[in-house]
Amino acid sequence: MPHANALYGPLDPAPDAGYENPPPRMGFFTDTSVCIGCKACEVACKEWNGVPESGLDLLGMSYDNTGALTANSWRHVAFVEQPRSVGWATPAFEGDPDGPAISPVTAAVGARTSTDTGTDPGLPTGSPAAAARMSGGPEFLGMPGAQPPGRGSGAEGRTDFRWLMMSDVCKHCTHAACLDVCPTGSLFRTEFGTVVVQEDICNGCGYCISACPYGVIDQRKDDGRAWKCTLCYDRLGVGMTPACAQACPTESIQYGELDELRERAAARVAKLHERGVPEARLYGHDPNDGVGGDGAFFLLLDEPEVYGLPPDPIVTTRDLPAMWKRAGLAAMTMAVAAAVSFLGRRR
Amino acid sequence: MTRGGEQLTVPPADFASYYGRPVLKPPVWKYDIAGYLFTGGLAAGSALIGAGAQLTGRPALRTVGRWTALGGVAASTYLLVHDLGRPARFHHMLRVAKVTSPMSVGTWILAAFGPMAGVAAVAELAPLLPQHGVLGLARRIAPPIGNVAGLAAAATAPALATYTGVLLADTAVPSWHDAYPSLPFVFAGSALAAASGVGLIAAPAAETAPLRRLALAAAAIEFGGGHQLERQGLTSEPYTHGRSGRLVKAGRVLLAVGAATALLSRRSRVLAAISGAALVASSVATRFGVFEAGRVSARDPKYTVVPQRERLNENRSVTRL
Repeated sequence: MPHANALYGPLDPAPDAGYENPPPRMGFFTDTSVCIGCKACEVACKEWNGVPESGLDLLGMSYDNTGALTANSWRHVAFVEQPRSVGWATPAFEGDPDGPAISPVTAAVGARTSTDTGTDPGLPTGSPAAAARMSGGPEFLGMPGAQPPGRGSGAEGRTDFRWLMMSDVCKHCTHAACLDVCPTGSLFRTEFGTVVVQEDICNGCGYCISACPYGVIDQRKDDGRAWKCTLCYDRLGVGMTPACAQACPTESIQYGELDELRERAAARVAKLHERGVPEARLYGHDPNDGVGGDGAFFLLLDEPEVYGLPPDPIVTTRDLPAMWKRAGLAAMTMAVAAAVSFLGRRR
Repeated sequence: MTRGGEQLTVPPADFASYYGRPVLKPPVWKYDIAGYLFTGGLAAGSALIGAGAQLTGRPALRTVGRWTALGGVAASTYLLVHDLGRPARFHHMLRVAKVTSPMSVGTWILAAFGPMAGVAAVAELAPLLPQHGVLGLARRIAPPIGNVAGLAAAATAPALATYTGVLLADTAVPSWHDAYPSLPFVFAGSALAAASGVGLIAAPAAETAPLRRLALAAAAIEFGGGHQLERQGLTSEPYTHGRSGRLVKAGRVLLAVGAATALLSRRSRVLAAISGAALVASSVATRFGVFEAGRVSARDPKYTVVPQRERLNENRSVTRL
């Protein structure tokens, strides 16, 4: 008998997948307020997991030259520069003249760049119009320079700004659409509640790629199979910390029991609010959200879509019973239509 | 947070994004899958026609239906295997049966339908066998076996034609997912249209009366179930605009033309052939249009972010009340 919340709602995934007395659910809490954008996580992940290189081109949009999570990048450090200050801090140029931001055209160009990641769809180009409106404001500061704003150009060329950095990763959803739709059983739920692809089973059907509400899983061109973060399943089994969390120099990436991480995250948000950063908020922590809560969740300093995350993802299989009902109704209609057509007059 | 207040005043298409890049990964399925949507539907509709003709004593139409069903399912199997990243591992689909995976369900529907459609079609070769000996025995037992197989194929055909609606809808692709109430009906209608089209072209006029009615029913099902495609808010846009929108519209027009011409084609083989060609072309255009609409909606972050943001804002205002 499947659990009442088998498709949607709060659920402990490992026992639901059939494990008896599984270990506690493990996960990541990525606190972007202390991320310094060093990309040690990207490198450590590639080294430990033997992930192939994912292109060395500069994307020309920011310090982020990885662009997105792909089959060949299982951690991706997003980088956003915004014309505003952090929290209640007084903007550096408050009261002083500061000039217009650098042209939105720069952002629009950035949206069109790509690099051959060796994967499909890899790093698709974006919408230039949407890029020009980035960060919910009309302004875009262009490529970060080596000089502080305004030094080379005079007062009219300077702007207030802040940097947002965030190490993105597979969310290891409680209700994982990729796992639900996998037709080969290649994707499976581990005893730690994480979601892993078995590369000896995957036949590259690509269904998981369309099903993922976060755009995480991707296909390698040379071998045709789907790949993503395993939350270092091989390291977890022997009690080790995943490579990215191990390498993170600021503990922005924290690994541990999910329940404990959620408590820690709530305390961190409260502390940030208290210290004057009211925009701090958690993302993916809530077991009542559209995917039943993420195994890898985040503390963000702006709306999720600013970081390229969906603001309110819902696992597609929530609606699957309704979909099968509609298909059944359509199938019956079709059979009746055929029967009636053949029962009519002979000529 | 000042942004919450601002958002109420901005136009709906204004949204934040990460350098305008897609949130989702666009489907990696190639045009193989759009082609399969057509061939699978054609096979299913033809199996139904074959069975109908078999039960009402229309032998030529039965033969056309059975052979088209076999041709359609053979092409489908080729297209599906060819689209895989690892075609040599296609049989891994048969390791499991999962109702949460429409692709797994579809694999098993095809596994049931394919062999039955094959047996029914091959049984049509019986009259070519000699009268006597072992082959003579085969000649006598083939028709009843073919009849049973033809009915079995027809029994699974409606599932084959409609599960593909769930296959596309059970994804994060905005225009596909939001269309889940419509897609099975659009595909059921499209399948019947394609199959009656082939029948109108290939079967003798004396036996095609049911196909003229079926083409009309196909149009009714597709228009009735499909008109919602244009009424699902922002994610309707790819069904009405751009290349995908033109394909969907072409499918509708061809279907209307094909069904109307079919009604007038009682005495004219030429009109029947024109009608059949329009019906087949309508099905191709609809399948490729729907397929392309999904890809468009996954590539632009607008279709992912804006509806989700609106939902969040609505929920928040409800919570506040």
